[in-house]
Amino acid sequence: MAEITERDTVRDAAPADAPIEDAAPRRGMPRWLITTLSVGLLLGVWEYFGANINPVFGSYPSAIAEAFVELARSGKLGAALIESLQPFLVGYGLAIVAGVPLGLVIGRFRTMEAALGIYVTAGYAMPLVALVPLLVLWLGLGFAVKAAVVFLMSLFPITINTWLGVTAVPKTLIEVGKSFVAPDSVILRRIVLPATLPYIMAGIRLAVGRAVVAMVIAEFFTTISGLGAIIINSANNFDTATMFVPIVVLMVLAIGLNSLIGLIERLVAPWQAEIAGRDD
Amino acid sequence: MGEVALHDISKRFTLRVGGDVQTVQALSRVSFTVRDGEIVSLIGPSGCGKTTALRIAMGLETASAGRVTVDGREVKGCGHDRGMVFQHAELLPWLTAMQNVMFGLEMKGMRGAELRDTATRYLDLVGLTESANRRPHQLSGGMKQRVGIARALAIDPKVLLMDEPFGALDAQTRETMQEELMQLHARTKKTILFVTHDLDEAVLIADRIMVMREGRIQEIMDVPLPRPRGDLGAQRGTSAFADTRYRVWQALHADGKASTGMLH
Repeated sequence: MAEITERDTVRDAAPADAPIEDAAPRRGMPRWLITTLSVGLLLGVWEYFGANINPVFGSYPSAIAEAFVELARSGKLGAALIESLQPFLVGYGLAIVAGVPLGLVIGRFRTMEAALGIYVTAGYAMPLVALVPLLVLWLGLGFAVKAAVVFLMSLFPITINTWLGVTAVPKTLIEVGKSFVAPDSVILRRIVLPATLPYIMAGIRLAVGRAVVAMVIAEFFTTISGLGAIIINSANNFDTATMFVPIVVLMVLAIGLNSLIGLIERLVAPWQAEIAGRDD
Repeated sequence: MGEVALHDISKRFTLRVGGDVQTVQALSRVSFTVRDGEIVSLIGPSGCGKTTALRIAMGLETASAGRVTVDGREVKGCGHDRGMVFQHAELLPWLTAMQNVMFGLEMKGMRGAELRDTATRYLDLVGLTESANRRPHQLSGGMKQRVGIARALAIDPKVLLMDEPFGALDAQTRETMQEELMQLHARTKKTILFVTHDLDEAVLIADRIMVMREGRIQEIMDVPLPRPRGDLGAQRGTSAFADTRYRVWQALHADGKASTGMLH
């Protein structure tokens, strides 16, 4: 392959590694199988040891599954989920809409970084639980305060990641824009933003976890509602198995959201996975 | 017309080394002119200031003193009258080869059918018609740099500024690229300022060579090779090539001491 007329090989051959590697079969177990085995093993161990514990102090998968079916049949679970998801999605969505531009601007402009960076860093560490009573005074006990708590918890990881991503954009890519006399706004939108996308997506993923926690906090400390209400009520009744149902549902929800975000990332930034050589 | 000139350009950097601040004089009163249609190579060891001089000519860095003119008019900052070819091509990884070429044109305000046609024409010019829809990571090093050259040429600048454009390529690809650059130059007659640290390359492609050392132009030499150069491999065998190469080598090693790079 190397000794065909040198000029032609050099001219139009693709990088030799890319297509050839793709053709080779991957060895080892598929990813989903490993994950399934891992989850199966964990559930098995939990079931085995959990079943021998006093049901007030702990629970185990089959008991939780039973409680799940019961909650789902009665319609309570579905209603609570819908009730919880509304402030969750509004708060989380607003955090993305506000956090990404904020991070871009802070990362790109020195003045903005000096003026606003400090609040973002501090805000990330803000003990939000302590501020919930104050938020209640401002926004009442309803939907708004819950969305606000979710928003405040998820805003900062998104902003900080975006900010970090901007500072990691290679200087030379920005110089490409400058050398073609691109205005600052164009450099921001057409060079900095796409170059930062992997970081932004990472921030959005990290924020899922915080948003879920924020949602439960909000439901505990404002009007008790949604999945948080099921947790509190069943805990008060020493019904540990039922208490675990919303917890598991929330974690599964977070996993689902994460995969969805991964999917979106591959749609909006396909080059990233290609460059990194990830193909699944 | 396309003539770029540096007039008495000086550049100082401050470096913080440990506790104290050091001043590095990267360029000291550098003046030279690249004439219309000429290829000038700027050669010297790393840290001699050649890349800094090029970046100041482009407007990516500002000089501490002195002026840059294009066709006699002073320029400040970047402009469409100068096209930059970067060391590692620096294509935008999320755009296809075609879109990368279009990017520069869009910045110049071109839109619609003209935009596509122009980008296509310049991709043709560098022989990448077939690969127009590939993204940078699907291109070899040489192909990437061809796109980089097409992107810079497409905006039809008066001067092409090239910063060690073939330095990262393997030897065979580099030779191919040098020949292609000669053909491009024969067709477009662009004025080119070409920074390199490769002695052979400097002699093969240039009409004049400026040897830089420690922030100064040490010597300016004419290259007595004919234009068009044709087969560069054959040029290497000529005595004119060997003589010039030796003279440049001597200039680079003048006063015997090995030059030490101070700033890359």
